[in-house]
Amino acid sequence: MTQAQIPLEQTPVVEHSEHKKAWKWYEYFTFNVDHKVIGIQYLVTTFIFYLIGGAMAVAMRTELATADSDFLNPSLYNAFLTNHGTIMIFLWVVPSAIGGFGNFLVPLMVGARDMAFPRLNAIAFWVVPPAGILLLASFFFGGAQAGWTSYPPLSEITAPQAQSIWILSLVLAGTSSILGSVNFIVTILKMKVPSMKWSQLPLFCWAILATSLLALVSTPVLAAGLVLLLFDINFGTSFFKPDANGNVVLYQHLFWFYSHPAVYLMILPVFGIMSEVIPVHSRKAIFGYKAIAYSSLAICLVGLFVWVHHMFTSGTPPWMRLFFTISTLIVAVPTGIKIFSWVATLWGGKIRFTSAMLFALGLLSMFVIGGLSGVTLGVVPFDIHAHDTYYIVAHFHYVLFGGSVFGIYAGIYHWFPKMTGRMLNETLGKIHFALTFIGTHLTFMPMHELGLKGMPRRVAMYDPQFEAINKICTFGAYVLAVSVLVFTINAIWSWVKGEKASGNPWNAMTLEWTTDSPPIIENWEVLPVVTHGPYDYGLNGRGPSAEEESAVSAQ
Amino acid sequence: MQGSTIETPDSLTPTASTIAVGGHHEEHADLRVWGLLTFLVSESLMFGGFFVAYLFLRGLASEWPPEGTEVELLVPAINTIILVSSSFVIHLGDTAIKKNDVQGLRKWYIITAAMGAIFLAGQVYEYKTLGYGLRTNIFSNCFYLMTGFHGLHVFIGLLLILGVLWRSRRPGHYSATKHTGVEMAEIYWHFVDIIWIILFTLLYILTMF
Amino acid sequence: MSQIPASLLTLIAGIVITLFSIWIGLNHGLLPEQVSEQAPLVDNLFSIMLAIAFAFFLVVQGAILIFIVKYRRRAGDDTDGVYIEGNFPLEIVWTAIPALIVIGLGIYSVDVYQRMGGFAPSTGMMAHSHPSSHVAQMSRSAMAAPLMVADAEAVSPEASASESEESATPTGSEAPKVVETYKLPIYGFGAPPEVKKPADVTVNVMGLQFAWIFTYPDSGITTSELHIPVGKDIQLNITAQDVIHSFWVPQFRLKQDALPGEKSQLNFVATKTGTYPVICAELCGSYHGSMRTQVIIHTPEEYQQWLEETKVAQAGNLNQAVATKPAELSPSEFLAPYAQEMGIRAETLKQLHPQHPSS
Ligand code: HEA
Ligand code: HEA
Ligand code: CUA
Ligand SMILES: [Cu+2]
Repeated sequence: MTQAQIPLEQTPVVEHSEHKKAWKWYEYFTFNVDHKVIGIQYLVTTFIFYLIGGAMAVAMRTELATADSDFLNPSLYNAFLTNHGTIMIFLWVVPSAIGGFGNFLVPLMVGARDMAFPRLNAIAFWVVPPAGILLLASFFFGGAQAGWTSYPPLSEITAPQAQSIWILSLVLAGTSSILGSVNFIVTILKMKVPSMKWSQLPLFCWAILATSLLALVSTPVLAAGLVLLLFDINFGTSFFKPDANGNVVLYQHLFWFYSHPAVYLMILPVFGIMSEVIPVHSRKAIFGYKAIAYSSLAICLVGLFVWVHHMFTSGTPPWMRLFFTISTLIVAVPTGIKIFSWVATLWGGKIRFTSAMLFALGLLSMFVIGGLSGVTLGVVPFDIHAHDTYYIVAHFHYVLFGGSVFGIYAGIYHWFPKMTGRMLNETLGKIHFALTFIGTHLTFMPMHELGLKGMPRRVAMYDPQFEAINKICTFGAYVLAVSVLVFTINAIWSWVKGEKASGNPWNAMTLEWTTDSPPIIENWEVLPVVTHGPYDYGLNGRGPSAEEESAVSAQ
Repeated sequence: MQGSTIETPDSLTPTASTIAVGGHHEEHADLRVWGLLTFLVSESLMFGGFFVAYLFLRGLASEWPPEGTEVELLVPAINTIILVSSSFVIHLGDTAIKKNDVQGLRKWYIITAAMGAIFLAGQVYEYKTLGYGLRTNIFSNCFYLMTGFHGLHVFIGLLLILGVLWRSRRPGHYSATKHTGVEMAEIYWHFVDIIWIILFTLLYILTMF
Repeated sequence: MSQIPASLLTLIAGIVITLFSIWIGLNHGLLPEQVSEQAPLVDNLFSIMLAIAFAFFLVVQGAILIFIVKYRRRAGDDTDGVYIEGNFPLEIVWTAIPALIVIGLGIYSVDVYQRMGGFAPSTGMMAHSHPSSHVAQMSRSAMAAPLMVADAEAVSPEASASESEESATPTGSEAPKVVETYKLPIYGFGAPPEVKKPADVTVNVMGLQFAWIFTYPDSGITTSELHIPVGKDIQLNITAQDVIHSFWVPQFRLKQDALPGEKSQLNFVATKTGTYPVICAELCGSYHGSMRTQVIIHTPEEYQQWLEETKVAQAGNLNQAVATKPAELSPSEFLAPYAQEMGIRAETLKQLHPQHPSS
């Protein structure tokens, strides 16, 4: 259903109509306060960082193809490792899933003309590029080399200037994330169009709300930890220096108090994307709307109390180990509810295998693998063995790549028409999916075995007995590199030359599809009125085509 | 199509047009307070991180504060009294503007600003006379970091108050119905005050035992 | 979903999935040899978790596969699927089953943890609130120097004296005494709580960039490979000199971070003779990957013999080198006498020196 169907007699009332309707291309490169521009700015910027972080991963995998340290020098390997992790998390998944999709979609989905604080929103975006440039600039000082976790004392004695830059960069990224969260929370809580009931709020918005609350309370704690680290490195304090009554474990608590929730920052918005993509492309109402909405909040709440599962082998007393084992296991329950609800949504649907849907299905399948291995890690006695091995690397790439990145891809295929007014090429999309799906399993599945058999992570040189398996992983990484190229070409080409998209190419029911593609400035001429839920597919046995007919007759 | 207007007749009710005409810009005024409150939740967790770190390190130490880095009590106590009372003073300013009394607002905000400045001066005086520095030991690390960070916030609060004062010179800028800026400065000032009370307890009172 | 009858088909599928998962759990062959008493406990736990995980995996993936085939859109069909908002009993079921499994797993893992001796190391030492003034100090070696920039003077000299000798003077106090004088909690795994007697062999383990140093307080020898007898209670007292390392023997299924300024301890009984890798599992710098050595598990007789021989050998020149305070040596000089034994390649040593910000 498109804009055209909004009753004609109302248009004269609107005073905005003489306003500018669309942005010029160069206005996307300026300090623009339109949430849609900011959303696209986030997505494009972070995608560039994804390419850079991915290129580092390919370099690392090339090094790991052989047991010896022969391709990158070990310090450079560690710098790549650190920056790969940091870029992928702080400059790709977090800002693109929350900042990118959140900004573009939340106001459209709740029927608002913009975010609550548009200027603040633009500021939040514009600190991201400097954060990234700063991070890359740290390579002039050798690059931060202490891993994305940057545990002291190592982080205090290796490449201190680069490490300081790394800290500043993260503080910037964190500031952006906090400002963005403030904006999302106020927008969702306060700017919903009055006709929308809370039970009609799209699940993506619930997910962003939960994510923002989580970011709001966890990010500042990381900032505190990083400030202490910065002072230790540069101003002679000794918070984390054991030889002057400091304590190294303190940092780990501060870091993981943020960084465990950070993994949910990366997956919850993506779960939100899932809840939008799956119903649309399987033409089914979402199964268990309430359960999905509340389980996001439950995951956030429990997720704040599991952080010590990253420190089981560290300075952790027994009671803590067991308490956090139990709390970690509990997270599996709300997550399971979501997974099962999506699977049940498929039941009885009319599934269309669009690229968006393929990635959503891929996510469903991959994330379960990563989640289940996560549960095994939550159990102390086993984690003692698996901690800091490739089993961990396998776990988190299944949830991060197979989860978050698949979800972002699904989101891009789904909303690209809305964002750019053009369809992505479906054939290239399917090739992209096939390569990504195969590449992911090839790269990350064998890592489980590597870790269990005794290969530690973060090593540039390893025991030659693991060489054969590592070669498979490296090959898989190359497949992934090709898949990313296919996608990049598709996106650029389609943006310029792709088939024009209608206002609602997927026949979806959430509000963003009630306006033009791309939406006009200020989103609607007349704000839409919500008359039914966001996922009412098949209600009263009517298909969308039937609706179209009734629309014609109504006028 | 969640909002398609053809589904039920009630979608054609006049609400649609009212929303359309009422631009979103006016609705926004109040949301700034919401934004500030949300942001302060975040800020307080940052201080929370410092507090927890402080307590953690304190729990490990055999002597806290270590000999030679004891805190002084007189100046900080006076400072505390000043800062806490300034919270009441600033509220008088807020009450004044609610009665459309801009002069009252100006008077109370000037007094608050002066009290804030005295607090900062007292803080600097304390730093100068303590006889130990940031690097001396783990306690002094915490002490200077936490009070310094708080001082920074007092400074920002001071700037906000001065900003309000500057704007209030324009007649009609603030009125009984339009004074979000005044309110925000006040909220921030209360926040800074509350943080100080916790800090004072942790750094001064708890070190007495 | 409510329409699905509990047909014979589902039942059969359930049985097949269960049997297959159990088979996978028993036959995965993913874990290395078991060489400690803890290893079989961990492996059983893993096998059970793997079986559960596999069952969930099969159920979820199977459902996805069946649904996408069965409910794919046929050409020309533009209608929507059936409208189902939810199904309360079903949702209860898939909340309750994982919840029960998770509770069961939690209880089981506490039990395994207890049998592995996880409660022992800090029993009676949880006096977190009143630690002695003997806060662990790192020895003032060259490696630690970068950490001590500003406040070296603030550290009370006697505090570091009592704790730091281990690396410098291998002839230090016997094991029980070390444990007693140290009041901070000790992390790691201990002997199962029933076993209260002191360990048969105690070894002090020190991690430093990028090597392990093992000191035998009873006999005063220092080695770069860990030698222990089979079937005896072994206790490792683990610390680190510079940055965090992590002591890991995959075949023991035991891992414990070596933290500068903190003590941790591992108690175990090795169950097989042989040579197994000792791996550093915590990123500790450029050559973290090469921080590997071996644990050699002897029969008790062989072990005695090795002990005697090494004592004699080290009574001579090597001890001199070790007794020198490392503070006066640069890292590569300090490591030089060990280089051959440690399997550190000469190039590693060469690169080690510039690696350090010699501030
Ligand atoms: C998107 C990111 C993401 C997500 C969603 C998760 C999800 C989970 N993670 Fe993961 N994790 C990471 C990213 C993520 N993780 C990263 C990056 C690291 C490494 C950090 C580093 O050290 O560098 C890590 C490390 C990590 C560790 C530390 C390992 C170690 O270093 O020793 C642990 C331990 O408990 C853990 C557990 C879990 C658990 C229990 C979940 C759960 O949320 C998963 C829940 C999902 C399911 C369980 C599947 C679906 C559910 C069902 C089908 C229901 C039935 C299931 C059961 C009853 C079992 N993770
Ligand atoms: C969202 C997060 C995310 C994502 C998407 C990825 C993606 C990938 N990761 Fe990442 N990884 C992490 C997060 C992520 N990783 C984290 C947190 C760590 C831990 C770091 C630490 O220990 O501190 C880690 C660590 C890590 C390791 C472990 C290193 C070690 O412990 O020694 C490995 C090894 O194989 C690896 C591989 C890969 C590969 C092959 C991909 C691939 O999927 C990448 C695919 C993308 C590409 C291949 C891009 C291709 C682009 C081009 C070819 C064009 C290039 C052009 C220009 C640059 C202009 N990663
Ligand atoms: Cu030592 Cu890694
Ligand atoms: Cu976690």
